[in-house]
Amino acid sequence: MIEMQDVYKQYKNGVHAINGINVTIKSGEFVYVVGPSGAGKSTFIKMMYREEKPTSGAILINGINLTTLKERKVPYLRRSLGVVFQDFKLLPRLTVYENVAYALEVIEESPKNIKRRVLEVLDLVKLKHRARSLPGQLSGGEQQRISIARSIVNSPKVLIADEPTGNLDPDTTWDIMEIFKEINNRGTTIVMATHNREIVNTIRQRVIAIEGGKIVRDEMRGDYGYEA
Amino acid sequence: MKLRTIARHLKEGLKNVGRNGWMTFASVSAVTVTLLLLGVFLVVMLNINNFGRNLEEDVEIKVYVDLTATDEQLRELGETIRDIPGVSQLRYSSKDEELKNLINSLGDQGKAWSMFEQENPLYNAYFVKTSDPRKTSKVAERLKTLDFVSEVKYGEAEIKRLFKVVDISRNVGMALVLGLSFTAMFLISNTIKITIFARRREIEIMKLVGATNWFIRWPFVIEGLLLGVFGAVTPIALIYWGYSYAYDTVSPMIDSSFIRLLPTEPFIYKIAGVLILIGALIGMWGSTMSIRKFLKV
Ligand SMILES: Nc1ncnc2c1ncn2[C@@H]1O[C@H](COP(=O)(O)OP(=O)(O)O)[C@@H](O)[C@H]1O
Ligand SMILES: [Mg+2]
Repeated sequence: MIEMQDVYKQYKNGVHAINGINVTIKSGEFVYVVGPSGAGKSTFIKMMYREEKPTSGAILINGINLTTLKERKVPYLRRSLGVVFQDFKLLPRLTVYENVAYALEVIEESPKNIKRRVLEVLDLVKLKHRARSLPGQLSGGEQQRISIARSIVNSPKVLIADEPTGNLDPDTTWDIMEIFKEINNRGTTIVMATHNREIVNTIRQRVIAIEGGKIVRDEMRGDYGYEA
Repeated sequence: MKLRTIARHLKEGLKNVGRNGWMTFASVSAVTVTLLLLGVFLVVMLNINNFGRNLEEDVEIKVYVDLTATDEQLRELGETIRDIPGVSQLRYSSKDEELKNLINSLGDQGKAWSMFEQENPLYNAYFVKTSDPRKTSKVAERLKTLDFVSEVKYGEAEIKRLFKVVDISRNVGMALVLGLSFTAMFLISNTIKITIFARRREIEIMKLVGATNWFIRWPFVIEGLLLGVFGAVTPIALIYWGYSYAYDTVSPMIDSSFIRLLPTEPFIYKIAGVLILIGALIGMWGSTMSIRKFLKV
């Protein structure tokens, strides 16, 4: 379960990115976060895996209180989550295979399991044949799929994704959404910031709209609600 | 930490050494230069220390005994001296033996002294060595107060001068060694900082996907350790050759009881051990220091 209470976030440069957010997301939910550019979607998401700390308010994820979480416990929070970053965040000097494996190496998984799981998820995102490539040799869409593969490789309880289909062609987008639906069906909570109205309007789920750092709409089985 | 994780860190550390090309070269060079200086200073300092120790060991206090002392009193005096704290060795030499020594040591000129054999003007004497040469003057003062002691002699001024030289060279040496170690640490930490700075994005990503600080740090620490150890190789080789040469060719030309170079064999291995250890330490310390800032993600 994810809970935010009276969360505010002001960046060091003075920008108020989040202005009083209260929200509860239950285990197993699938949530779209929508809103115009600069609305605060990424900030909202970054606070969940502690890339950014709220200026005030409380955030709870699976019973872990992020506002009081000790610095050295943060890695353990992050391991229980899967994160698809807007800018992919792939390690440039590691191969595709090694990038995905890294998330399992940090939890000291056995080499046998690492190999099995990595090949499994690479197959899922249809990039098994690029396992030996470096991220720099791949297109934006392919890098995004590697980032997705890495985020699900450790079977996280919560998957957080910031515009995970932003760089994908329509066919691949639908493939990725199939994967998300599939892991959601197996019980993983999904929080996904997106600009893709077609997805939101087709695969109906809960929609949270953020504008100016506030939740302006929160609907079960909602629609995208903005003009393209 | 699991064994395979340790193996992984070792592998990563080694890989980074190879991957960082000229940065590795720069770090190793920095360590090489400082360890070479440090090694030379160590060699010089330890030898000076050794000269000092040889000199100190040669210091003997001569106690001349009053001629009025009977054999019994002479023996008692010997026992009293033996009981003084700090006295480690005691040797007795009668005035006849003293005269014989004197005549022998003077060679041909000594013949002139032969005429004194009937009427020996010398004294019976005790020769005292102290357990710690620094106690010499204290023990000597004490000896002066004993009965039947006619005169106490030891190279007072020389000893003081000697201790001063030894102390100064010791302190200067220590200061230099410390200073150089810090310079080396600073150099290597700065060099590694540049390599780490280029990889700060990578470190950030590692943290964001759940790596602990130590998981990230270990490969860097091992990299630093390897740089330090590699940096020790050249200085050890140069010092080995240099010192062997000095010991084999220069040393025999100096004929002195106390200016003796330490024998090459165990000494040079100790120096090598110290240089490797210091290299490894400054390498690990350097990388730990330089990565610290980048782990705050
Ligand atoms: N690291 C940052 N430092 C300062 N301001 C930031 C930072 N990240 C985002 N912002 C600002 O915070 C606001 C919200 O940004 P963001 O959360 O990225 O919105 P969105 O993802 O909805 O486009 C914007 O005004 C943006 O300029
Ligand atoms: Mg964004």
